[in-house]
Amino acid sequence: MFESLTEKLEGAINKIKGYGKITEDNISDAMRDVRLALLEADVNYKVVKEFTNKVKEKALGEEVKKSLKPGEMFLKILKDELLSLLGNDKAELDLSKNPSIIMLVGLQGSGKTTTIGKLGNLLRKKKARKPMFIAADVYRPAAIDQLKQLGKELNIEVYDEGQTNAVTIVQNGINHAKEKGYDVVLVDTAGRLHIDEKLMDELKSINDTVKPGEIILVIDAMIGQDAINVINGFNDALPLTGTILTKMDGDTKGGVALSAKHLTGVPIKFIGTSEKLDGLDEFNPERMVSRILGNGDIMSIIEKAESVIDEKEAMSTVKKLKQGKFDLEDFLVQLKQIKKLGPLENLLKLLPGARKMGLNNISIDPKQFSKIEAIIQSMTIKERKNPDVIKASRKQRIAKGSGSTVQDVNKLLNQFEQMQKMMKMMKNGNFKMPF
Amino acid sequence: MGLFSKIKGVFKKEDKSVQTYEKGLSKTRRSFVNKLSDLSKEYEEINDNYFEELEELLINADIGVNTVIKFMDKLQQRVIKEKITNPSELTEIIVDELFIIYVNDDILSSKINYNENGPTVILFVGVNGVGKTTTIAKLATKFKKEGKKVLLVAADTFRAGAKEQLITWGEKIGCKVVSDDTTTDPASVVYQGLDLAVKDKYDLVLIDTAGRLQNKVNLMKELEKINNVGKKIIPDAPHETFLVIDATTGQNGITQAKAFKEITNLTGIVLTKLDGTAKGGIVLAIKEEVDVPVRYIGLGEAADDLETFDIEKYIYGLFKDMM
Repeated sequence: MFESLTEKLEGAINKIKGYGKITEDNISDAMRDVRLALLEADVNYKVVKEFTNKVKEKALGEEVKKSLKPGEMFLKILKDELLSLLGNDKAELDLSKNPSIIMLVGLQGSGKTTTIGKLGNLLRKKKARKPMFIAADVYRPAAIDQLKQLGKELNIEVYDEGQTNAVTIVQNGINHAKEKGYDVVLVDTAGRLHIDEKLMDELKSINDTVKPGEIILVIDAMIGQDAINVINGFNDALPLTGTILTKMDGDTKGGVALSAKHLTGVPIKFIGTSEKLDGLDEFNPERMVSRILGNGDIMSIIEKAESVIDEKEAMSTVKKLKQGKFDLEDFLVQLKQIKKLGPLENLLKLLPGARKMGLNNISIDPKQFSKIEAIIQSMTIKERKNPDVIKASRKQRIAKGSGSTVQDVNKLLNQFEQMQKMMKMMKNGNFKMPF
Repeated sequence: MGLFSKIKGVFKKEDKSVQTYEKGLSKTRRSFVNKLSDLSKEYEEINDNYFEELEELLINADIGVNTVIKFMDKLQQRVIKEKITNPSELTEIIVDELFIIYVNDDILSSKINYNENGPTVILFVGVNGVGKTTTIAKLATKFKKEGKKVLLVAADTFRAGAKEQLITWGEKIGCKVVSDDTTTDPASVVYQGLDLAVKDKYDLVLIDTAGRLQNKVNLMKELEKINNVGKKIIPDAPHETFLVIDATTGQNGITQAKAFKEITNLTGIVLTKLDGTAKGGIVLAIKEEVDVPVRYIGLGEAADDLETFDIEKYIYGLFKDMM
């Protein structure tokens, strides 16, 4: 997402560093590029103006003049100002009620239904909640089917009454949730324009009837300057408690993230990061600023790894690695864990300096993993434990079984042999990391 | 400055399609035009502040940042060269210049490129949630009214409920929908659809594809495969490929158009959800930078809320109050 903004900001920082001293001239020059980058990222025009003026003003202030390292002072100013745009604190979901009612609203196609699926999944997995869905989109053809399919996939109950009255459906759904002992209810509503009075009234009635603890506006991160009209429109009609930005995994520059909180006071709570049902991350302003400034987000990588990697299995792998007993069977387990991390491209982007290393544009074909997996799975257990026994005829059988070629099998075996050699060297202590 | 008055002359009040435009665009127009005319009232002479506010106005309409910067340069030059001092004189020039950005000496045709020897195939592509399925239903309604035999193909095998959405629309508007529960391969559904279209002599085949973000390499490759498989049955298919873009889209619209044009033979854009407050100005930048014209615009949720795009009417819709 913020790659070009990061690039321009880094450029501005380097310019200032190069000058050694901040002057009216060189700061204006540096901020011109930043302004353009912000506008190209669809950051609201007013916010851009305010931000660039403020940074300039602070950079020309007394404190910076006295400083021996104006480059670092400038970086700190940028960091502080970005953070104040994004909101200083992480905004948590209010889950204190029983059941807690969370209603998702938004324009058509912003991704409400998909987000409901992801949020249900997240609340159950990370917050140990018992969620239920209510299908209150009574207008879009097959919207209810979509939610039902997600519910089935996640094994989460979906309450629906077909295309009847949305207010009654929500009311009955909540009673149903109470009876069944669900502690979080997620309400999917129809997409609507913020200027559609009739449909906005429907949301108001739902709000008046069931008083959801959270009303969250789902916003497509690709939205342009109209974002402010949309957020204000919904916020005027309903007491919004937060926003969720979807489709942040596109190549959008997501400028709405920088405008939304600042202009409306409504905090960002989550961002959608993939099409998979685990593609929803809690929004953390500090980490986002770190990413915008090109410093990566190691904490998110660690958290992601912790959430999917089985500790026992990881420990036994380390043990085996140390003893040099790592075989193809273990390799297969590793591969499966890596796959659970989701698209690797997303993780690479979080590394500090990812853009400079060119890691932001790498695309990894998940089929490559599947291919390796298929080859190993076509081996017998004996072959996996002791790959040396795999000779010509076995290779042919494995290739056939996995729908690949003997060359593919050879390639995998060679790579594995290399890996084992490296591990032996590590064990003997005479191995230096290549980087 | 003749263009502006020419546009004005093109329309008579009885023209029904102009009225639809006006209705759909009224919210869009109100804010944009009010601000533009406020601007010329507010300033007695053209100065830096005037230009800054004008720039803000254009950027707020989502007209691409580069396009706006170029446009402002050109405008400032004209102001100096033609010694214009009064903002109200400039309003007409602004409209003219916007028009020129879009038209750029091209001959714009809104007619569908019909296949004379069999079914005409139209492929719909776009990112997630822009309104591809709804647009297909609307266009199918339009073609049916013209007496065409229309087949819909549900090749979005990915999103939950996508197939069902198209099938529901099909029932509503009376169109056959080809779908297949046994496969997740969209190319296979397209193959079945085109096969049936040839056999049963359909005039038009509209193919719905899954929403895909343009930076997802594998999903973009899937579009290539869909096209290759389609050509096995109808060699010059698809005859049209429409990129559906949501009017609320900002600068990312340009990247979308570029990426989809690389993979498919994009022949047009359908700009949806123009009945909101979004101005869809990004289409001007897309035309200028990627050279793909808008073919249709969506102005509501009903089956007949779709209009053939006409730049003159579009600009007229935006500026009507000023004329």
